[in-house]
Amino acid sequence: MKASVAAIACVGIASILAIAIVVGWYHAEYLGVDAPSAPAIGGPFFLVDDNGNAVTDQTYHGKWLLIYFGYTFCPDACPTALNAVAAALDALGQDAARVQPLFITIDPERDTPAVMKEYVAAFDNRIVGLTGNPEQIAAAARAYRVYYRRVGSGSDYTMDHTVLLYIMDPNGRFSGFLSHDLTAEEIAGKLKSLF
Amino acid sequence: MRVHLPVLILLCSLSAAAAQDTKIGDLLIASPWARATPGAAPTGAVYLRIENHGASGDKLVAAAAPVADSVMLHTQVVKNGVAQMRPVDGIDIAAGTAAELKPGGSHIMLMGLHQPLRKSDVFPLTLTFEHAGKLEVQVYVSSVGATRPDN
Repeated sequence: MKASVAAIACVGIASILAIAIVVGWYHAEYLGVDAPSAPAIGGPFFLVDDNGNAVTDQTYHGKWLLIYFGYTFCPDACPTALNAVAAALDALGQDAARVQPLFITIDPERDTPAVMKEYVAAFDNRIVGLTGNPEQIAAAARAYRVYYRRVGSGSDYTMDHTVLLYIMDPNGRFSGFLSHDLTAEEIAGKLKSLF
Repeated sequence: MRVHLPVLILLCSLSAAAAQDTKIGDLLIASPWARATPGAAPTGAVYLRIENHGASGDKLVAAAAPVADSVMLHTQVVKNGVAQMRPVDGIDIAAGTAAELKPGGSHIMLMGLHQPLRKSDVFPLTLTFEHAGKLEVQVYVSSVGATRPDN
């Protein structure tokens, strides 16, 4: 009898130790993202939303952010990404309320708040379009290590731009990238794993 | 004469599918489609598949559509996470191969759309090939951001 109690106690202690090791390892791995040696991605931004209101990163504090930089003249990459984000919100169901998707233009010259509003609404009303003056956009892009460059001249120019989806946690800390070609299910799955 | 309903439905669906494939010489143009355009975006993209069943290569050298001010052939590559879209002077279709224009890759870009493309619209597109010549196809508009034709 005593032996079996001891055995149960041993198994119990071993289990607790094992869980502690796994949790500790996970925690260390997770903290690795924020280690001082890692380049900081994200940070404060000062932009204008698609209703014409001034916003900052603090406006969305408490939400998981899904951020994509693009432009409304973009015929291929941006519609693909925003369509996947919209479908990911649907796949998340009620959890979608914990996420704020932001579409930040890197072409502020053509993308006014009104243009942005109409554009994002075609995909999902929960996506917010952000624009600003060229300096504000440049600062936001710098914070997120986003590359963009105008190609061609005249009114028909296009933009080279980074096509990653950035995930920021509810405290505004960088949580990860998602590749541009991920499906809605993969985006939703990644967010669920982080919640 | 009696025609069974299932046979009739089958015939109808076959003819609907065939309506989207067009042939010129040894080339077969399959399922030309475009995405509906979001908001007032003045640009759009047409996707299609060109099969070359002949013994010699051909090249798509131009495209034109009355729905837009200009139409360009574009390639797109993603390098180090950066999408780079560039105009090209043509899209080669070697003998016995197919060129696939699809989201994330090459496309026919519509610039200066006269009005937004809406789902279920159909518009004509004239393709010019180096050897096979000119051909008009009908482009079917799918939903905004569709990754494949949805009609």
